[in-house]
Amino acid sequence: MPLVIAAFVLWAAAWWLNIRIANGPAAGSQAAKLGVPAIFGLTLLAMWELIVRGLDLPMVILPAPSMIAERFAASLPILWQDFVQTVVKGALSGYVIGCLAAFGTAILVDRWDFLRRGLMPVGSFVAALPIVGTAPILVMWYGFDWQSKAAVVVVMVFFPVLVNITAGLQETTQMQRDQMKTWAASYWQGFWKLRLPAAMPFVFNGLKISSTLALIGAIVAEFFGSPIVGMGFRISISVGQLALDMVWAEIVVAAIAGSAFYGIVAFIERKVTFWHPSQRG
Amino acid sequence: MRSLLPVLTVVAAILAFWYVACIPMNIHFAAMQAERAGVPVTPEGMAPRREMGAIPLAARNPHIWAETWVQDKPRLPAPHQVAIELWQTTVEKKVTSKRSLVFHGWVTLSATLVGFGIGAVAGVLLAVGIVHSRAMDMSVMPWAIASQTIPILAIAPMIIVVLNSVGVQGLVPKAIISAYLSFFPVVVGMVKGLRSPTPMDLDLMRTWNASRDQTFRKLRLPASVPYLFASLKIGIAASLVGAIVGELPTGAARGLGARLLSGSYYGQTVQIWSALFATAILAAVLVAAIAAMERATLKRMGVGR
Repeated sequence: MPLVIAAFVLWAAAWWLNIRIANGPAAGSQAAKLGVPAIFGLTLLAMWELIVRGLDLPMVILPAPSMIAERFAASLPILWQDFVQTVVKGALSGYVIGCLAAFGTAILVDRWDFLRRGLMPVGSFVAALPIVGTAPILVMWYGFDWQSKAAVVVVMVFFPVLVNITAGLQETTQMQRDQMKTWAASYWQGFWKLRLPAAMPFVFNGLKISSTLALIGAIVAEFFGSPIVGMGFRISISVGQLALDMVWAEIVVAAIAGSAFYGIVAFIERKVTFWHPSQRG
Repeated sequence: MRSLLPVLTVVAAILAFWYVACIPMNIHFAAMQAERAGVPVTPEGMAPRREMGAIPLAARNPHIWAETWVQDKPRLPAPHQVAIELWQTTVEKKVTSKRSLVFHGWVTLSATLVGFGIGAVAGVLLAVGIVHSRAMDMSVMPWAIASQTIPILAIAPMIIVVLNSVGVQGLVPKAIISAYLSFFPVVVGMVKGLRSPTPMDLDLMRTWNASRDQTFRKLRLPASVPYLFASLKIGIAASLVGAIVGELPTGAARGLGARLLSGSYYGQTVQIWSALFATAILAAVLVAAIAAMERATLKRMGVGR
């Protein structure tokens, strides 16, 4: 019990500290912007640890963070194999194929207005559907290995990216397009020099949404069948064995992979669309 | 309505492509069946056919194409097979039957709606807190945004099994998954909406000597409505995915996710496809319902089109 009380005392102290920082003179500084959420996150972790130990919760309900960290450190090779299988082979290859396919389709859609008016409502409709449900079918077609996971990811990322690129290609004004015409620019010159750069904020919006979808697709597809490696496989098998520390370790990997993936796309976005108002200042 | 013709054309093209795709997908099995039934097939015998690609085999045997659209367990069922299965399992079955998609759909839908309700209300409340407390904003908001980039769906199986081990089963665990999946998008969208009034609007409220509470009720809350609905649409789609994935791990016997899983265990492709279409229809209906609520609300507020 004293540990549980300690947890709440710690919570109160950290919250008081955060209020002081957030309302203090240094609230706008970079250090405060990083420090406040860090204090909050660490406090939650510490409370978790204290409460689990204080109430003596069994491991099968909630393992303490220290146990998860231990398990993480002890099974680095397995986690790495799972990461390579699910993220690099499944999610990343599917993501690249899906985005390239969407880009190609977007160019076709852009050239024929009829196709745009037909495909866009269908595309936005499909983008809102639970496409991850195609996983059992694609696993049946492409087998248990990473190819089927990549296929699920392709289907999942295709429509959000397509809808965003197509919307982006509509972004230029009539005046700008007329300007290109007065310079006798061909379709492709206009495309590469005016319309594609103007579409980039939208393109990256689609790419960022899809980066999360890709990981979800690759992991969930493994619940429908996989070789004996992979993050989704490890999660479902460890849940079955009630080895929850392993499940949490995989979730830590998923969290790191997800935010790194997103971070890389966001970083490229900042380099490419440095001119856009949302990136300035 | 200007886009009705193009949309129909695209849908027709997809259906046509689907039928054509059925031919190579199912041709091997169709050839085997035809040969057993005494219909001549080129080349003869199982072994040479197995070596052959599906497309050349289909090209050499145009007379058995029709067989690829009527198989029992095809690799790719034809559209009409899926449509018939959907019709039979929704309209012709009693809704209490275990084979009725309405029954399974309701199991999934109820968990989705309960979870979505909890998640949306909690999300709005947290957003209000974030807008009013600077400390809360700085502590929670970065985590809420970061949670959008990580596949939190991955903890769904664990929630199901852990709650199962303490005796909680059925709707509640799935609703919890649905709730946390819809929670974060609603928080992020609602915070954005509550912050959407410009400094000029806020200054105007101040010149009218409006209290903090009045500013909230008369300016911030109405301004947040479009943002709220946009995030509700994302949230309910996420909730549905959460409920479906929540049905996978325990091999649950009920729900659309369970239909997908049992279909894939037993190779019942028509069942998988019909369950897939049922989820798609359900998702479309839910999103459309939110969109209708959005239109009605905005109209009453006087900003609708």
